[in-house]
Amino acid sequence: MRSNDVIIQTATKAVVFIILLFAIYIFFAGHYSPGGGFVGGLLAAGALVLLMLAFDIETVNRIIPVDYVQIAAAGLLISLGTAAASILFGVPFFTHAHTYVYLPLLGKTSFHSATLFDLGVFLVVVGVTMIIIQTIGEDE
Amino acid sequence: MINLPLIPLLIPMLFAVILLFFPKRIILQRAVATGALALTVLASFWLIYEVYTGGILAVTLGSWPAPFGITLVSDLFSALLVSTSSIITLFVVLYSFESIRKEREKFYYYPGVLFLLTGVNGAFTTGDIFNLFVFVEVLLMASYLLIVLGGEKAQLRESIKYILVNVISSALFVSAVAYLYSVTGTLSMADLAVKIPQIEAVGILTVIAVLFLVVFGFKGAIFPLYFWLPGSYHAPPMPVLALFGALLTKVGVYAIIRTYTLFFTMNTGYTHELLSIVALLTIAAGCIGALAYFDVKKIIVYNIIIAVGVILFGAAQLTEAGIDGAIFYLIHDMMIKAALFFLVGIVAILFGTSDLRKMGGLMKTRPALGWFYLIAAFGLAGIPPLSGFPGKLLIVQGGFEDLKLWGSLFVLASSLLVLMSVIRIFLYAFWGDPVETVKIKEPVFRRMFYPAAGMVILTIVLGAGAEWFMPLISGAGEVLLNPSFYIDAVLKE
Repeated sequence: MRSNDVIIQTATKAVVFIILLFAIYIFFAGHYSPGGGFVGGLLAAGALVLLMLAFDIETVNRIIPVDYVQIAAAGLLISLGTAAASILFGVPFFTHAHTYVYLPLLGKTSFHSATLFDLGVFLVVVGVTMIIIQTIGEDE
Repeated sequence: MINLPLIPLLIPMLFAVILLFFPKRIILQRAVATGALALTVLASFWLIYEVYTGGILAVTLGSWPAPFGITLVSDLFSALLVSTSSIITLFVVLYSFESIRKEREKFYYYPGVLFLLTGVNGAFTTGDIFNLFVFVEVLLMASYLLIVLGGEKAQLRESIKYILVNVISSALFVSAVAYLYSVTGTLSMADLAVKIPQIEAVGILTVIAVLFLVVFGFKGAIFPLYFWLPGSYHAPPMPVLALFGALLTKVGVYAIIRTYTLFFTMNTGYTHELLSIVALLTIAAGCIGALAYFDVKKIIVYNIIIAVGVILFGAAQLTEAGIDGAIFYLIHDMMIKAALFFLVGIVAILFGTSDLRKMGGLMKTRPALGWFYLIAAFGLAGIPPLSGFPGKLLIVQGGFEDLKLWGSLFVLASSLLVLMSVIRIFLYAFWGDPVETVKIKEPVFRRMFYPAAGMVILTIVLGAGAEWFMPLISGAGEVLLNPSFYIDAVLKE
């Protein structure tokens, strides 16, 4: 039985974007302050779970039609690729590279290949969390 | 190539990730998995060659200096084990084509096998005690998948026990590492080997050494801690069982040998004495189990426990003969267990049961299978031209040199019981009056039989060509007996 949940659905529409933005902020903040790929991924998955609670699994799957197994696999591939790229340069595995660039709006910005590794972690965490919740949720 | 020690664990991991993208395309899954494992085997041979000609290879990840980063170390011991486990996994995958069901193949069976190999090869290669924990978890997670995949009732029941035992032992592993870290302040194995002899509080270190024996004893199934193994290994299908029987307990055995030769040598009078007593009790427990059952799987499973005891009895001696024997026997045992599980699996499929009393007369219809089984059984017992002989000979010799006379006699006596337990399968299944067998197509039989026969032939090569392999084995033993080689290779400059 589905009661009138207009309040939760309206609130969700606003809150999901805030959570997603916060997830991305936490993800990028990881190098200098608490945060990183793992918590960022969990927060993003939390936003998706909130959507599933407010609406239902079929609706959310229709809005975001992705296979989360592939998301997790892509994340693993990105992380492994970042770490293994050092093999091509003849330095030990997992050696990271970094550089500073001047971007028009942001000014002096540091680029570090660890961010790419973290992006992989982010995707794996989102993928795995969503696989677990979807599988249990769809189980009759 | 500086990253060579990593290649045998990166290849299976990379291809396992690629396989996640297309789980339903079985033919492609089989082809990619086989190709990946063939590449891994080649890479591991290259690794052996480089380590044999150029000495121990060590790479510290992320270009950090040695005790601060995670070091991966390939000495001959770990390179040999990496090659052996890669070869066995290749044969397991070939054997799986016919003996694992399609619905399992569609549900990430091959990625699971490749991730398991990643964990096993990583555990054999790592030079960092916490990284060892992580790789053990990688292989355990993959084994949880493989043990429950298929969802039969027995699998569900046994996987709960298996996971429970392993979660508890992993928690113990973390506490043991925490104690060790709080005493020494380091996690790198080479650095531990430097720090531990400088610490005067031998008492606490002995406690930690025994705690590690308990932890790795859970993984490797030594005497009081083997109780989970017979039930858990009875549940999964045969290729998974062959993979577990050949690789998983051996990781625990490897970890005991590594820690007890590299850094827990401060109080050998207590720790190594304890290890040899436990090893002999393990042999006794295994022998009793191997003779007690009429179930082909159970008989071979209890033989795993016997072999763990024999290897650890050799490793506990800290003599050249004992250590060399333990290494040879370890490699022999991984291969022969895989071969026996393959053959017994075919027998169980042919009769449609694993109960010996319902079998008989297979020698008339499948003579090749019978002869290969007989060779494998003799190899397991250690009859001279075959692979079980040189290892056990060296272990017994080491026991006599080390004044462990009764222990050596005990190991010799256990060989008779091992022979009796496996010959019983031969007598019941292959001799006697023929019993109605399940009809299976000839090509299906051949595709299961050829990997099994190939594995037996490899063990024959290992036994008959023991002279060729001895330089590798004694090179591996030399590093274990002289931790300074290991320390110098890791903490160079």
